[in-house]
Amino acid sequence: MSPEFWIAQSFNGISYGALLFLLASGLSLIFGVMRIVNLAHGSYFMLGGYVGLTVALRTKSFTLACLAAAVAIGLVGVGMERFFLRRLRGEVLGQVLLTIGFALIFQDLALLIWGGDPYTVPIPALLTGTTRLGGAVFPIYRIFIVGVAVVVGLALWLVLDRTRVGAMIRAAVDDAEMAQGVGINVPRVSLAVFALGAALAALGGVIGGGFLGVYPGADFEVLPYAFVVVIVGGLGSLPGAVAGSLLVGLLDNFGKALFPELSYFTLFAPMALILAIRPTGLFGRA
Amino acid sequence: MTAPALRLDGVCRAFGGLQAVDGVSLEVLPGERRALIGPNGAGKTTLFNLIAGALPVSAGRIALFGQDVTGAPSHRRAALGLARTFQITNLFPDLTVLENCLLAVQAHTPTRFAMLRPVRRYPALLERARAALTSLELGAMGDAVVKNLSHGEQRQLEIALALAGRPKVLLLDEPTAGLSPAESRLMAGLLRRLDPAITVLIIEHDMDIALELSERVAVLHYGRVIADGPREQVKADPRVKEIYLGA
Amino acid sequence: MIGRRALLAAAVVVVLAVVAPLLPAYPLTLLTQALIVGILAMSLDVLLGYTGLSSLGHAAYFGVGAYAVAIMATERQAGLVACLVMGVVLAALTAAVFGLLAIRATGTYFLMITLALGMVIWGLAFRWVSLTKGDNGIAGVPRPSLGALDLSGPVPFFYFCLVSAAVAWALMGLLVVSPFGLGLKGIRGSESRMQALGYNVWLHKYAAFVISGVFAGFGGTLWAYYNGFVSPNDVQLVTSVETLLMVALGGPGTLIGPALGAGIIVFLKNFVSVYTKRWLLILGGVYIGVILFAPSGIVGALRGRRR
Repeated sequence: MSPEFWIAQSFNGISYGALLFLLASGLSLIFGVMRIVNLAHGSYFMLGGYVGLTVALRTKSFTLACLAAAVAIGLVGVGMERFFLRRLRGEVLGQVLLTIGFALIFQDLALLIWGGDPYTVPIPALLTGTTRLGGAVFPIYRIFIVGVAVVVGLALWLVLDRTRVGAMIRAAVDDAEMAQGVGINVPRVSLAVFALGAALAALGGVIGGGFLGVYPGADFEVLPYAFVVVIVGGLGSLPGAVAGSLLVGLLDNFGKALFPELSYFTLFAPMALILAIRPTGLFGRA
Repeated sequence: MTAPALRLDGVCRAFGGLQAVDGVSLEVLPGERRALIGPNGAGKTTLFNLIAGALPVSAGRIALFGQDVTGAPSHRRAALGLARTFQITNLFPDLTVLENCLLAVQAHTPTRFAMLRPVRRYPALLERARAALTSLELGAMGDAVVKNLSHGEQRQLEIALALAGRPKVLLLDEPTAGLSPAESRLMAGLLRRLDPAITVLIIEHDMDIALELSERVAVLHYGRVIADGPREQVKADPRVKEIYLGA
Repeated sequence: MIGRRALLAAAVVVVLAVVAPLLPAYPLTLLTQALIVGILAMSLDVLLGYTGLSSLGHAAYFGVGAYAVAIMATERQAGLVACLVMGVVLAALTAAVFGLLAIRATGTYFLMITLALGMVIWGLAFRWVSLTKGDNGIAGVPRPSLGALDLSGPVPFFYFCLVSAAVAWALMGLLVVSPFGLGLKGIRGSESRMQALGYNVWLHKYAAFVISGVFAGFGGTLWAYYNGFVSPNDVQLVTSVETLLMVALGGPGTLIGPALGAGIIVFLKNFVSVYTKRWLLILGGVYIGVILFAPSGIVGALRGRRR
């Protein structure tokens, strides 16, 4: 294997990890604050991609597509949390089953509205093509994905670490009951985090749609990846989401390149190893 | 010389920066009745959790009948004869009283792995469970579902579960918690009739009951034992009076 | 108590046995399918309803059993007994390995890990093309014969499945009323109390996980024979999700409830697909309806039990 192979594969892994980060960061925060598994998170990704596709085709604007998808799916998230999940406050299994129900509905609705053919989200000319950096060739779009993830990651970190809202979120992740006790409006924080997670997932869907495409089944295909990231990184932890995304992205990519028949296995092995040593993930707490 | 039933050596437990239990050393002889008192937050329940194995220690050693159990999981300690009750009632709410007791009775028997015969085909187990219930005056309530019991009855069941396993060391965590004065009296009566061979360590908020049931008293304050001796001596100890009256 | 329930189940079995030869072919195959899927649903109930562990990867063991039979029957021409044994043993091994990873986790983590593990099996089915023929699936699984008995006709095969389902139900039924089963219910009620009483809770949960996987695998072996065709669709996430719904719909912790739920979902699915392609939409709607309005499921509601 030539050095070009390793560099190219590593970069592919990192860029896929960047995409996963957009999904997993929201999922991790939702877990942290609400302690539930949102099985519709993959659906947000897929629906975001489809909405972005339609907007991009109509308006020819990639930026608008990203914005529209984030807002639209964010609102869907708000609706789900406010009118359905909140009714089952405290009943974890019930909430999980509810999100499953929605995931199924979303999958079928997407099929109904957009049909069964795969599409690719049109990306601006600026982001197409490749560039040479230090002797290796990199697709510009993938550099863009990494850039977006870095910006989002920094923004999340700044908000969580430096703002009052962020402090409230961190308090709710730490101990929701205590946070409520000191006057933090935990239901409102939950709603905000849920909407943010949905919006980020949708953004991931649009951006992912530019190179992976948007197609039926993308929701349930990407979901386990997001889960493995959170399992490996640790519930409710932003650095965990970063570490997990990178790890999963790289391992998946190398796995597919080197052992194509056992690709999911390469996902399984690190998860198994980490769970054996630290059942709450790299950065997680019990 | 007989080994103490329970021996703690410099047991510590820290939560972040907080030392909940700070170097507790204690020796309880077999058959002894020891009360553990102290103001709220003194670390009493945490100490019980450490002894029972529900929490790992940050430092120190714990020994049961001379055997080091510091790193042992709860079920290993239970197998050595340790039983405990919970301050906040911890029963099986959807099961009947009898089923709750059966779980306690079968816990130390190989029967707990039996998979091909219904529970009711094990008359020996049923006998033991019913006997345990009767000794705590719950004999008539066998078929009642636990979540429908009154608080007092649930506290009695708490103790029945701990006793059903025929323990050698019993940790009672505030057995009269939430009981009316009349119910507390009843509970105290039941506890006084416990088998004298059992070593009992009891956390009790009600000073009268604590001193009534035990010969020796240990006083915990901010995670440390500040007094440990015969009850009259502890009762008269000025430091003890201060932390209770001053608090 | 079990006496009355056993009698009721025996009555149902007899009724089905008598009615079967009189039914037209299509309802008979649906009934056969309901029996097979019922085994899967009951196996999940042991884990979810009785032990309190919610798994979203149960289709994995079902799939391993099915693929084992498919591969052995088409490539090795193996007989019924060999295939069944292989299927169940492989499912048990899969559950044994997966259990080591999953049982350490609780609640939400357990759900996620079982989902991911289920996807691992799907991934293997999809990508290990040399073994599983990937997306094409394995076709041509012949109906079995037991010695001189030819089970290929719809009625003999139905009887075969009826007996299998009855045996599976009886074994699982004994398990849940046994001392071990009582222990599982205790774990569902309060793990901390079980620890304090002296149970090795991890061991009991692990045993429940593997046993549950064994029965799921058994269901899978029958499925391969029933369907004649095994594909990655049989191990996809939606299958695990449907199984979970069957348990929730029928009533977790009742064993017969999930079997009933399986029957309802199988008939609903086939009935609905005649009129519309929007099965997933309806399934999702049913899910949400059940969770919001009937959380203890049908059998639970009939028993007046509130979970």
